[in-house]
Formats: sequence, C-alpha cells, structure tokens
Amino acid sequence: MAVIKVQRPKLSFAEKIYFGALIKGFFLTMQHAVASLRGKARGAKDMASSGLGVTMQYPEQKWDAHLPEYYRGAPALVTDEQGRDRCVSCQLCEFICPPKAIRITPAEIPSNDTWAKVEKRPLEFEIDMIRCIYCGMCEEVCPEQAIFLRKDYAITGTSRKDMVHDKKKLYEIGGVRVGLVNKWNDLK
Amino acid sequence: MLEFAIIVTKIIVLTFVVVLPLVPLAVYFERRFSAIIQDRVGPNRVGIPLTLFGAKKDFSFFGLIQPIADGVKLFLKEDYTPDHVRKGFYWLAPALTVAPALITLAVIPFGSDVTLFGHTIKLVIADIGVGPLFIFAIASLSVYGITIAGWASNSKFPFIGGVRSTAQMISYEIALGLSIIPVLLYFGELNLSNIVEYQAAHGWLLLPLWDNGGGPSAMHKALMWIPMFISFLVFTTSIFAETNRMPFDLPECETELVGGYHTEYSSMKFAMFFMGEYAAMVVGSALIVTLFFGGWSIGFGLDQHLIGTWFGGFIHLGVFLAKVIAFILFFILVRWTVPRFRYDQLMRLGWVVFFEAALINVFLAALIMAAPHLPLAVTIAGFTALAIAAALLIWIAKRFEAPRPKQV
Repeated sequence: MAVIKVQRPKLSFAEKIYFGALIKGFFLTMQHAVASLRGKARGAKDMASSGLGVTMQYPEQKWDAHLPEYYRGAPALVTDEQGRDRCVSCQLCEFICPPKAIRITPAEIPSNDTWAKVEKRPLEFEIDMIRCIYCGMCEEVCPEQAIFLRKDYAITGTSRKDMVHDKKKLYEIGGVRVGLVNKWNDLK
Repeated sequence: MLEFAIIVTKIIVLTFVVVLPLVPLAVYFERRFSAIIQDRVGPNRVGIPLTLFGAKKDFSFFGLIQPIADGVKLFLKEDYTPDHVRKGFYWLAPALTVAPALITLAVIPFGSDVTLFGHTIKLVIADIGVGPLFIFAIASLSVYGITIAGWASNSKFPFIGGVRSTAQMISYEIALGLSIIPVLLYFGELNLSNIVEYQAAHGWLLLPLWDNGGGPSAMHKALMWIPMFISFLVFTTSIFAETNRMPFDLPECETELVGGYHTEYSSMKFAMFFMGEYAAMVVGSALIVTLFFGGWSIGFGLDQHLIGTWFGGFIHLGVFLAKVIAFILFFILVRWTVPRFRYDQLMRLGWVVFFEAALINVFLAALIMAAPHLPLAVTIAGFTALAIAAALLIWIAKRFEAPRPKQV
C-alpha cells in the first residue's frame, strides 16, 4: 500500500492565539443553550420534545403513536375472526425461545368441539416476561400465525409471579387478528 | 464578649448559610446548564412526591432538591477503604482539599455594613490588610490534599493525578500572583473591603464608567483598562487551573487517569473532594468578582445611596451572590465549551505565555501609573524598552521552542 503523507495543517496567527476559536465555541454552546430553552433545538420537532432540549419527558408524554410497524414489544397470542385459539400447541416457540421464557401445557380438543379437527390447543401458555428478550423468534417460527409481538413495552409487576403472562393475559394483549391465513376453517 | 459572639455568628452565617448552599447549587447548575447546552433536560424530577399522599401532581421545584438526594446517596454509600492505601494520609487528604477553600472565605467581603439591633456589622469575617495574599497562601494548600490523596492511594493512576496536580499548581501559581500585581498597584491597597469600596465609588476595575468624585481621571482609567484586562485574562485562566476546572482538569482527567486522584475514594470521602472542587470554584468566582467586577457594589453610582442605610448591606449581599452565581455559570459554560488541554500545552501556556505576559503587564501598568509624574522622554523610553523586552521574550519563546517530532 502506498504511504500517504498527511501534512500538518498550517495554522494562521489568528488560529494560533486560540482566542477566536474560544469565542466561537462560546457562541456555539450558548446558541444551543438558547435554542433548547426555547424548545427550538435541532430535531426537537421530529422527536416530539417536551419544550426543553430534544427530550420527550416519558411518563407524561409517550412515543406510542410513533412506534413503527415492525416494533417488537411484548409477545402475545391472537384469536382469529371466529374466536378460535390459533395456537395448536406444537411447542415450536417453546423450543426455539433463546432465553427459555415460554412454557406450554398442551391439551387435546374434545371431540364434540367445533374445532375438533385441529386436535390440540394449549391448556396453559406462559411467557415469563423477566426472561423474554423480545427477539421475535417465536413469531417467526410459529406455523399457525398464533403468536405476535405487539407494541406493549411498559411491562411491570411487583413480584416475579406478576411478570409471568398467562394465557388469559396473552389473549388480552393479543386480541383478535383478522386477515390471517385460515387453514382450519371454511373461509379458506 | 459581644465582639466574639458577632464574629462567631458571622462565621456561621456567612460560611454555612450563605456559601455552603452555593456548593450543591453549583452542582445543580452544572448539571442543568450542561444539559441545556447539549439539548437535554437534566435533573428535573426530584421534589416532593405529592402523588404518594394522593395529590394529582408531584411538586418538583425544577429538580432543585436533586443536590439533597445526591448528598443523601453519598452519605449512605459504603465507605470503602482499600487494603493497599496509606491509611493516615488517605483519611487526611479529603479534609485538606475542603478546608482551605472554606478558610479563604474569611477575607471576602460579602456586602457593605449592616446595622442590626444598633450594631454596625461589617459583612466580612476577617477584615485584614493582606486579603489577596491570605487567599493565595491558603488556597495553594489545597494542592496538598490532591497530592497526598494521589500518593496515599498507592496505585498508579491516582499517583499520576497527584503529580500532575503539583506540576500544574507550580506553573500557574506564579502567573496567578504576578497577574494581580497591577491590580494591587492600581488600588494601592491590599484590604479587600477597601478595594470594593473604592470600586463602588470610582467604577469597577473592568467597567470604570462612573465616578462619585475624587477618583483618577477618565483618561487614566481608560489607559489602565488595558493592563487590567490582561490581568483579568491571566488571573481568570489561572484560577481555572488552580481550581482544577475543565480546560485544566488534568489531575482527574477521566479519559486518561480513570478518576485521577480520587480513584480509590468512595462515599463521603469522594464527596469531600467533589465539594472541595466546587467550593474552590465559588471562592475563585468570589475573588474575581471582588477584584475585577466591583464585589458587592451595584455600580453606576447607585451605591452611595445604599451605604449608611440599615438594609443596604443586605441588598449588597444579594448583588454579590448574584454576581458570583453569574461567574459560576461562566465557569460551567467554559467547561462545556473548551476541550481539555494536552499536558505539554498546559505547561507551555503556564510557563511560556502567562508568566511572561503577567511579567510584562506589571511593568506596563507601572509605567502607565507613573507616566504623569515622569518627564515625557523617560516615559517614551520606558515604553520603548518594554516593547523591545516583549519582542525579545516572544522571539526567545519561538526560537527555543521544543522541536516538533519529525514527520515520517
């Protein structure tokens, strides 16, 4: 490789005595200070700032409306248009889950049920939100489009038990999802 | 007995009620101002948690309670003494940093006289005739705290920090002392109270726009402004170095020395270093304000109406604190504007630039002061000699500059 000789920049006298740059620096910092006090800091509008700097003040203001479509929040189970559990307890998500946050107790669907032909559904479906790393692999691996990462991010609890989402809670977060592949019903 | 009571009251009120609260306030300002400069918000939450008692909103005072929370945190932290330190000095060092900064407060005039219950009280703890010298003598002791901390920590980064601090102190103490000589020449006085009174009557040193009569001529003041401004620049920069503030904070220097001299310290011992730094900053600001910006005086000839009234002293105290806080804000602005100097640049600035500049400045001020009493020819000869000396110094500094490393 050829050697590139980098020349030291030749400083003029004004640059050498340093004061000019110092005063320029003061102006720059004060410009920023004044702009952020007036709520006009660069990017304040795009970031929906609270009026001081570019910062949004979290619990009072939230970014929810701006979350992108691909946002990975809490994983949740969904039902389809007919109100059927889409999960068939194949346990693929349980096996793929890197931090082993998912635990499924499979159960057979009784033969008198409308959806008896599906054969299996989860009796209990637990996701430990302390373990979950929001990687989205469960969503990716699910052959039934039953588990999705939603936009919920503020997941709190006062005990470890509170942080385990059970089946009821998962359906509450997930809700109904329409327009998915319907392979078990006649809508297909 | 009464005298003694007054002195003790002055010490307690001026130190613990007026100045010590300024220290956490300075920390708060530092955090908020730096945040605003960097388009952030800074600590604005800590306050009274009214929502715990059922109210709709918390009361946050713009986060002014934050310093108290910080203090509580530092108190409750584990005070850990590593095994490898030299215990006695390790314990001594933090106190040696804080104490000198607080002792120097003794000679700073906080306001004009106050009349309370029939007693006229001077708002200065010790009204001695050697003010600035006392401050220099005591303030330079604070370097021992840092050096001893660096040595007692018995590990390499604090040690380097301590050594740097010593070297820095030696190179800036000279400029600090020399830069103030023109100021003292101008006032002909070493008593800080009298210096401030003089400025109240005849215009601040850097803003000599008014005179209540009996002062030097406007021409003389305008001419003196030049050496005074040079003094101000050198003095302020040296104070920055003395207080280990940003462009010259090489003793702590997080990026190079981990934490510098206080790497091995925790809890309240660390907090005392922190407090010492900010207390030194408050005292430094107070000294600059006292010498160059008229101390407690409001200026523009308004002071003569207040002196003699019983409340005048309190207004002057408020003005003084406002000026000090304004200067602290300037300290903070500098910290977040100017990047840290390299070590050799710092030494060069101290020994080659400021030392010489202060030296020439002394003679310049002396010549301007003496000019009216000297024959014209002598004055001109003096200025010529001074110009030649200055040119010679600059030439020597350039000629014997350490050669730059050869480019490869």
